[in-house]
Amino acid sequence: MTSLAQRKKFTMGDAKESLVNFSFILPAVILFSIFYIYPFYDIFRLSLHEWNGIDAQKYYVHFDNFKELFKDGNWWRSMWHAGIITFFALTFQNVMAFALALACDQKIRMKKFYRMIFFIPPVLSEVVVGFIWMWILNGDMQSGEYIGILNYLLDKMGLHHLITSWLSNPDTVLTCIALVHCWKGFGWGFIMLFAGLQTIDAQLYEAARVDGANSWQIFKNITIPMMVPVILVVIFLTVLGSMQVFVLIKAMVGQGLQDYTSVPVSEIFESMIGLKRFGYACAQGVSFGVTLITISLVFKLLSTKVKQY
Amino acid sequence: MKKIASILSFLCLIALCFVFVSCSQQEKDPDRVVLWHWMNDRHEALETLAARYQKETGVKVKIDLFSPPHAYTQRITATAQTRDLPDIFGILDKKEIFAAYIKNGFVADLTEEYKKDNAAWEKSLFTKALDVNRFAEDNIYGVKPGVYGVPLDVTNIQIIYNKRLLKKAGISRPPETFDEFLEATKALNRVGVAGLVSGWGEMWLIESFALNYAFNIMGEEKVMATFRGQVPYTDPDWIKVFEIFDTLSEQGALVDGIVIKQNKIAEQDFALERAAFAFNGSWCVNVYHGMNADLEYGVILPPPVNPDRPMKIWGGSGSSLVVNKASPSKDKAIAFLRWLTAKDQQAYLSQETKNLPANKDALSEIPQILSDFAGVMDHTTHPTLWKYNELAKVASEFNKAIQSIIVGDLTPQEAAAKVQSIKMAEMEKEKRRQQRRER
Repeated sequence: MTSLAQRKKFTMGDAKESLVNFSFILPAVILFSIFYIYPFYDIFRLSLHEWNGIDAQKYYVHFDNFKELFKDGNWWRSMWHAGIITFFALTFQNVMAFALALACDQKIRMKKFYRMIFFIPPVLSEVVVGFIWMWILNGDMQSGEYIGILNYLLDKMGLHHLITSWLSNPDTVLTCIALVHCWKGFGWGFIMLFAGLQTIDAQLYEAARVDGANSWQIFKNITIPMMVPVILVVIFLTVLGSMQVFVLIKAMVGQGLQDYTSVPVSEIFESMIGLKRFGYACAQGVSFGVTLITISLVFKLLSTKVKQY
Repeated sequence: MKKIASILSFLCLIALCFVFVSCSQQEKDPDRVVLWHWMNDRHEALETLAARYQKETGVKVKIDLFSPPHAYTQRITATAQTRDLPDIFGILDKKEIFAAYIKNGFVADLTEEYKKDNAAWEKSLFTKALDVNRFAEDNIYGVKPGVYGVPLDVTNIQIIYNKRLLKKAGISRPPETFDEFLEATKALNRVGVAGLVSGWGEMWLIESFALNYAFNIMGEEKVMATFRGQVPYTDPDWIKVFEIFDTLSEQGALVDGIVIKQNKIAEQDFALERAAFAFNGSWCVNVYHGMNADLEYGVILPPPVNPDRPMKIWGGSGSSLVVNKASPSKDKAIAFLRWLTAKDQQAYLSQETKNLPANKDALSEIPQILSDFAGVMDHTTHPTLWKYNELAKVASEFNKAIQSIIVGDLTPQEAAAKVQSIKMAEMEKEKRRQQRRER
């Protein structure tokens, strides 16, 4: 009762003010609804139908597409492949990015030059990167010489036992793709981590040194704790980016060795364009979207906890 | 504050109007014909012909290129969904999808047009090229029988051999049987030359090669029976088909990395003499000319495994265009296509792009190598001509299984068992889909 009594009476003036305030966000709400909410809704609606993308008639199939997806071995295999690429990116790519960011944060010569060099791969198109690496990893020969640079160098160094058809060997193709993805992506992590390192107050390091801390203690007790929020953001973006890798794979191997290189986006593409199963492709898209949103929420929770800490 | 809110609301309204106007269907100009295509190599020639057509008739034809083909297909599908297709376009898809376009009123029936003037237009074109656009009386797609497209050119896919490299390996004539082919690749390997290259990183080229041999080993009827689900992929004849790839791979007859090669890369390999044989279509004449004008090559049918049955190859189809049924410029579009497939225009297209013309009368003015390609048109077949096609998912898994055989990850028997299990599951699903549609 008290709270009710305390509540201010909603007057005409308040309504007008609310309306004015609402009008400020109205453009954003409308645009957001048209370009985000409606497509999400429409994709979900389509995922409950069977449709070839052309017919006027769409057949309502309840959750059959989702049930089929749950049992689809190709889909889970593609998730596994994306998981492997993500694992490489989280470990190899980010450790490398952090190490180089730390190196560039020291007083070294040509710091700007290194920063620029490290940032070249991310700005290149994935198609260009894919073709460049396809050429480097080419396993073909002409007139007794290897065409691919890697095999050519291995041959010249006498490391014949290491020579293989890197991209047409089921044992190496996914690792090659994952490493090229890391090569292309580590520049982003580098820039973000480098920027994070620059924000750490130099006085903290000086104070630690005065107290007799060695480099490892400084790194462990100052650099890492101060960098945790940035590291979390980098990990989060790495996971989202790596799970959605597609163009690079398409450029490097096309439709070749799909059983060994498929990822969720390529499966969605195949369902929609190759098999003309728009409803099923939407179900794949919805499931994949939910997975990525779940990952995002976990990271959001983690970063909130870290901030509180 | 109120002023700002009003300005913002006004701006929002304008933005919305802009969005809706740009999303709405554009008013079509009935005096202009718009043609959308995907053929990079023919764009310039088409534009030249369109300009010539405008000079002759006063009708402007706007030629728009959307490439590569999968991007083109995406665009056509999207514009079909918004019912905003151009006056003339192509459908680069299975017959089932072609049928869906027709049944949904996107494609004009050209049967009557072909019959005009004592069927002069129909008679001028290769029958096989027309058949690709034809729906027969008993077609399983439920489409009204008739012809729905116009072939721009014809094509076929064969084995192309490098004369110089064969000579280098001491091979006096191109192989005529599969065993001779294997012997030839061994001889080539001995002098450091790779055997067969093809764009088997693209599924349709593997499928084409495999089905050529399936037709040769077991005949068309048994292949169709397999598609209908009456013969399993574990049948000994299908195992023989899978074994071909195993043999080719085991005996080093294939270029390293063939399973990830896209056809453009494979064409480059052959043109730069990195391989002595290529499995490629007649369009390669133009491509090889651009890459290496001095290349000396000839063409043969894929060497048969079974000499008692004729070798069938994919072909006949080439590129076809259809007319938008709802187009206000429908008649103008048909008139333009009729003009485009007339002898002079076809000869020009063939000379400029080195493709086989769809018009029989234009054949007299083509280079020898194209004439060699054209010489075996009787051997051609194509999925769009068959009464039955394999389920898309099964066809995709079939091609993937062959890739796995080539890289040594599956034996022919394992591949056959895998494809058959997918076939069973897909047939079950298809049955359920059919029941749902009937309900």
